Amino acid sequence: MSGGARTPLLTVEHLSMRFGGLVAVDDVGFTAYDREITAVIGPNGAGKTTLFNCLTGFYKPTAGRLALARGGGTFLLERMPAHLIARRAGVARTFQNIRLFAGMSVLENLIVAQHNRLQAASGWSIKGMFGLPSYRAAEREALEKAKAWLERIRLTRRADEPAGDLPYGDQRRLEIARAMCTDPVLLCLDEPAAGLNPRESSELAELLQDIRDSARIGVLLIEHDMSVVMRISDHVVVLDYGRKIADGPPDAVRDDPAVIKAYLGEDDEDELPPEVAADLGVGTAEGRP
Amino acid sequence: MAGSPYARGARDAAFAAFVAFVIALPMVGMRTVDRNLRLTLDFRLVEVASIVVLVFAGRFAMRLVGEGLARLVLPAAIAVVVGGWFADFATQTLKVVAVGGGLVVAATAILAIVKGARSARPVAPSAGPGLAARFAAGFQRSTVLVGIVGVAFAFALPLLPFADRRVLDVATTLLTYIMLGWGLNIVVGLAGLLDLGYVAFYAVGAYAFALLAMSLGLGFWEALPLAAVAGAVSGILLGFPVLRLRGDYFAIVTLGFGEIIRVILLTWVPVTGGPSGIGNIPRPDFFGMAEFVRRPVEGQVAFHQMFGLEFDVLHRLIFLYYLILVLALVVNVVTLRLRKLPLGRAWEALREDDIACTSLGIDRTNVKLAAFAIAATFGAIAGSFFATRQGFISPESFSFIESAIILAIVVLGGMGSQTGVVVATLVVIGLPEVFRDLAEYRMIAFGLGMVLIMLWRPSGLLAHREPTVRLHPAGGPPAETPAAGTAR
Ligand SMILES: Nc1ncnc2c1ncn2[C@@H]1O[C@H](COP(=O)(O)OP(=O)(O)OP(=O)(O)O)[C@@H](O)[C@H]1O
Ligand SMILES: [Mg+2]
Repeated sequence: MSGGARTPLLTVEHLSMRFGGLVAVDDVGFTAYDREITAVIGPNGAGKTTLFNCLTGFYKPTAGRLALARGGGTFLLERMPAHLIARRAGVARTFQNIRLFAGMSVLENLIVAQHNRLQAASGWSIKGMFGLPSYRAAEREALEKAKAWLERIRLTRRADEPAGDLPYGDQRRLEIARAMCTDPVLLCLDEPAAGLNPRESSELAELLQDIRDSARIGVLLIEHDMSVVMRISDHVVVLDYGRKIADGPPDAVRDDPAVIKAYLGEDDEDELPPEVAADLGVGTAEGRP
Repeated sequence: MAGSPYARGARDAAFAAFVAFVIALPMVGMRTVDRNLRLTLDFRLVEVASIVVLVFAGRFAMRLVGEGLARLVLPAAIAVVVGGWFADFATQTLKVVAVGGGLVVAATAILAIVKGARSARPVAPSAGPGLAARFAAGFQRSTVLVGIVGVAFAFALPLLPFADRRVLDVATTLLTYIMLGWGLNIVVGLAGLLDLGYVAFYAVGAYAFALLAMSLGLGFWEALPLAAVAGAVSGILLGFPVLRLRGDYFAIVTLGFGEIIRVILLTWVPVTGGPSGIGNIPRPDFFGMAEFVRRPVEGQVAFHQMFGLEFDVLHRLIFLYYLILVLALVVNVVTLRLRKLPLGRAWEALREDDIACTSLGIDRTNVKLAAFAIAATFGAIAGSFFATRQGFISPESFSFIESAIILAIVVLGGMGSQTGVVVATLVVIGLPEVFRDLAEYRMIAFGLGMVLIMLWRPSGLLAHREPTVRLHPAGGPPAETPAAGTAR
């Protein structure tokens, strides 16, 4: 937990994302703080991934503001192209369905993540082509950083194997390490514990806490595994059908009736189309207004 | 099905032979001949009969291998190969079919025997990569050695006794395609962009070279770099609008651009000469010091005079050969170096997953544009060489089929593999040259070869990829505890 004053890192205001008639994210606002883990939870289709895609520039939001504070300045993410959000604003992410460079080695995945610094050091490949010392130094530094992360996620031994050959849990951790190699100020993780066994999830939780405390950055975490969420998050935002239905510390959110209702789906029957409900013989007495 | 393996095999083979008969009768068995302005039919029943027999025998043998009688089939197949090699056949094609078919059957039998031996030993190390895959990996790892031997051979070739005019010609053509293959490999193999119009840059280079040399009177060594610049500019100009497109759309648009360039060359008669092309393109000289001619212009020296040799047309051919060899090697070295630089790694990352690239802050457009521009430059240099070698260029030399051949070289070689390009060029360009005697059947053999390669190694001949940077020395994991889990 962060002691003392909390510094806002990301401020989301009135964010909406519409796909044709479908409103996937509907007027959502919240704040994620520096050096905190902010969890975003909600049932399937609640709009969590869409929120991430807006935040990282893959979707252009229909409306709203995404302000990220970095180094005294503010970046308005909704106006920036995706690669600049990663490069200038320092927002890194992982994907719900892992997106590693499967044919490249584990080590290469971590080196590619440091592309922009290396590319600058290589003088658009000219200095690199001749192996000038300044480039060599930058490359060595990149390699050291990659090695440190490999140690941390315990993949040093498999560094030279294609990333696609790793087991699922290792791939998830590698994707996080790769995102961290871009030196982000905000790390966005889309269901990092999906498909992990309980021991792996628990290790992941430790890794995330460690990242928050040692790298001193903000983490935004989409997760269905409540044991992970409740254990490590400092702050929880709950979405349902694109709207924010709760926002607060984990304990408070867990006991929130609106959240329980969204998860247990109390009012599912109302959602059934009338003809299906009639088939099932459940309450369809009241006609449409 | 009932019956002994022989009966079953015979029944199956008879059916295959019948199908072969039905197909071969009209296609091979009858031939229209023009006699005194009248078309008459010739029958070639011997050929049909041989085809049917060969198909029967081949199918029968394959069935027997499938039934576990590989040991029986192997000697017979080898006998067919050896016999076919020396026997006289009605046509050359039959010979190829007999020998090739025998080889395929023999190879299948050997594989079956090896597999059988392996599965007989239950404790044998299981599966692992196939024989071919291991060979490809080994070959790729020993690339340095293979490369040195290959380059040494290439440099020594003109000095070898059999290097006559034809050998040098074929070798020069091979090297041109190798250079084009290496150029396209950057875009297709590394960056993963399916470019179907690479010949456009080849054409731009050739025409830029020809026009610069003819209209400004520039020599080879001045026109070459300018043509390369023209290639880079055209790469960027063509690349800019199309690089936003993805996958299939990108491929189609590049195909279109390739055609557009050809049509421009065809129709812009005042500049390009239209269909009649440009002739009398200056030949390369010996670094501006001497020319390869018998009688030099007043006040200049010829190459043979300079070195006190007898005049020989081979001198020019040898010079051209070394020129393309050096150009191709430069392309190769630059590409190999780039692959280990951030730009090259970004190309490969883009091929693997472009969305992940964006999420890491990589500007896709820049990276793709760099690939396009560099590949275009290499293509244009190859085009300049083509122009000066032929002395004459016309739009016909830059049709879609050229793009297709270069692409086939890259894909067959194994996307991204530099040695793969060389091997595939030898197969795609070299074999048809060697089998010139097959005349019209050449293309069938070519197609067959491609199908076989794709069946045997779907991701290319040398598809194994070596990482651009290693933590541990090559050849297996480090000697630490192999069982992870203790190191917690
Ligand atoms: N590109 C798109 N085009 C149209 N609809 C989309 C698009 N992306 C998402 N949606 C829709 O938006 C809604 C929210 O989807 P989203 O992927 O954000 O949900 P989620 O909360 O991440 O769910 P899950 O927990 O299953 O990952 C869904 O109804 C989905 O079908
Ligand atoms: Mg999702």
